[in-house]
Amino acid sequence: MKTKLILLSIMAVTGAALAAPQTFDFKDPKGINNAGFKLDAPLEAINGSASGISGTVTFDPANPGATKGKIVVATGSLMLPNPMQKTHMLSDKWLDAAKFPEIIFESKEFKNVQTAGDTTTADVTGTFTLKGVSKEITAPVKLTYLKDKLGQRVPNQNGDLLVIRANFTIQRGDFKINPGQFEDKVSNTIEITLSIAGASPK
Amino acid sequence: MLTRWNATMKKILRMIAAILLVGSIGFWVATGANRSWTKTGVPEKFTDTTTGLEGIQWHEKFVPGVDFLGAALVAAGILAGISFLFPAKSK
Repeated sequence: MKTKLILLSIMAVTGAALAAPQTFDFKDPKGINNAGFKLDAPLEAINGSASGISGTVTFDPANPGATKGKIVVATGSLMLPNPMQKTHMLSDKWLDAAKFPEIIFESKEFKNVQTAGDTTTADVTGTFTLKGVSKEITAPVKLTYLKDKLGQRVPNQNGDLLVIRANFTIQRGDFKINPGQFEDKVSNTIEITLSIAGASPK
Repeated sequence: MLTRWNATMKKILRMIAAILLVGSIGFWVATGANRSWTKTGVPEKFTDTTTGLEGIQWHEKFVPGVDFLGAALVAAGILAGISFLFPAKSK
């Protein structure tokens, strides 16, 4: 009887540990994580990316709908192929990177959660903060849980990976980025693509 | 004496303008005839085999665009225009 109780306790503790949400760190030493952005413009679309990504996400493989987290993009890491456009973009006339050094998305709620194997799709609602303005947005997101795959990315490191992919659009005018101005030169709509992977070492 | 100097200046300015024009067009064509803005950084995409994510690596590379071509054409035009300020013949 005693042995049974001990065994049951061990199983319960192990089960709880396995089902516990894991925290994934999105600071990527390999520099693969990136956020892309695109704005239409007359001569050619303005296409850039940001690499300065950090933040943490708490993910429970047994309950993906309970995912919570915060992803931060360093405004100064935004890159454009044209140096003048990049200078303008980071200046106080546009993003004011010196005053607002971070672009933040903090999730609040996952809806329409569908899981198939290691992949979960959902609509995530959260607060998007850009240039000091916070707005609630909803975006479709795809989460891929890669169990025990951290070692393939970081040698001699055991753990899991969580890949997040999301595509959504925002209106720059909503975030006080020259609202109603220069729309013949730079579109109001910004298409954002997030392709990031976080690590949860064991 | 002044007429000869004027003629020499006119010739030099027009020659520089022509070299600038031909040289910049040649350089623009040789670097891929980029019909958008000048680039100093070029993104290169690569795929991470573990996650399947597409990473972006930026490489420093000068790719002249239409603004470069336009500036060269304007500069050549200004030089050619200035050459008309040096009359070859005395009135």
